[in-house]
Amino acid sequence: MIAIIDYGVGNLFSLRSSFCAIGQQVKVTDDAEGIRKADKIILPGVGAFEDAVKKLKKTGLDTVLKEEAEKGKPVMGICLGMQMLFERSFEYGCHEGLGLIKGDIVPFEGKIDASLKIPHIGWNALEIKEDLPVFRYIKNGDHVYFVHSYFAAVTDETVAKCEYGTVFTAAVGKDNIYGCQFHPEKSGQVGLNILKGFCELGG
Amino acid sequence: MITKRIIPCLDVKNGRVVKGTNFKNLNDVSSPVELAKYYSECGADELVFYDITASYEGRQLFTDILKEVASQIFIPLTVGGGINTVEDFDRVLKCGADKVSVNSGAVKNPELISQAARLYGNQCVVLSADIKRVDGQFRIFAKGGREDTGIEAIGWIKRCVEMGAGEVVVNSIDTDGVKKGFDIEMLKAVREAVNVPVIASGGAGSAEDFVTLFKEIPDIDAGLAASIFHFSEVLIPDLKVLMKENNINVR
Repeated sequence: MIAIIDYGVGNLFSLRSSFCAIGQQVKVTDDAEGIRKADKIILPGVGAFEDAVKKLKKTGLDTVLKEEAEKGKPVMGICLGMQMLFERSFEYGCHEGLGLIKGDIVPFEGKIDASLKIPHIGWNALEIKEDLPVFRYIKNGDHVYFVHSYFAAVTDETVAKCEYGTVFTAAVGKDNIYGCQFHPEKSGQVGLNILKGFCELGG
Repeated sequence: MITKRIIPCLDVKNGRVVKGTNFKNLNDVSSPVELAKYYSECGADELVFYDITASYEGRQLFTDILKEVASQIFIPLTVGGGINTVEDFDRVLKCGADKVSVNSGAVKNPELISQAARLYGNQCVVLSADIKRVDGQFRIFAKGGREDTGIEAIGWIKRCVEMGAGEVVVNSIDTDGVKKGFDIEMLKAVREAVNVPVIASGGAGSAEDFVTLFKEIPDIDAGLAASIFHFSEVLIPDLKVLMKENNINVR
């Protein structure tokens, strides 16, 4: 069973539907026990970083997520959920994230050509680390759907890159912890195939 | 880099997809769920789902149908029609919409844009502008193209973007349903006025019209059409191939 953490931000309808579409049992939940019992955990997120981290911490589910991740359970953060896995974000100040992945979240503004629109919205191509199990059903150059104004720079833990005025982290992977800056639940068959790859991970 | 988007538009009335010429003489085309699934599978980059009679008759969107569409397609979905309050935003977002398009609702209450942008982010707020030339001026029309608001279009669009509209759909009533190509002049005027994505709507009659659009206005973001897709006059996979042959970046 896949647990999607419900901490009061964003619309989880499509995310839930996308797991149903690939034949997975899925539960949107704010229940610590339910999350502990799940085989895999999804951390969703939209909106502002500071607000989302505060809301997650208020539920206490940040601790549950970290403990489960440390036990080796596959975890995937999506969009702002991916950004929250990092150490810090510089969205309206400097805010601490969950620290499961090394690095910072920084704004596109000032780092890309001024003619490029912000947020980065639309379909863009992935450059993936091809031998990774989570990507076994997609190929290099496949397009996915992005909506974001902040990004993580490319590091050793980057598993997929994308380019929008600068090359940034489209997906991150460290042991059992994954994150997608894009929206797999809005990326057509490619997105569903990434979720399928994630669901088939051991752990 | 980011691709140019091709967006089929599903105008829905009484649970069915319809498409009129110059917004009149609506004809039933098909089931919104079936069409949405078909488009999602054949390479559409996004779908727009409008309840075209909502603002006129004060009807609520058919949220059940919306939910059904959103549970079966996995590409971005924009919903419009009868969006007058932030509660309307909330209602359609909970049914699986990613973006919400405002038209008459913003004309009645421009604050709706800033309120919604604060709550859901600019990327969620799409300004839909139905524009027609009146006395040599681009004029905003409301209520599904039936009412001249007297508002000058370019100034209005700039104001809405400043208030937080993250994207603008420009629908030329002058070219809508005529099938002789997009309204390049009108689209250029809007494109030059704002720095958010602009989506061209109204007038596409062939695949070549999309190529012309993206060649004439290289920084336009997307092309939207309804009947030519619904009646299979233009097949999206073929359109993508033609665009690629013309060095237009597509998915």
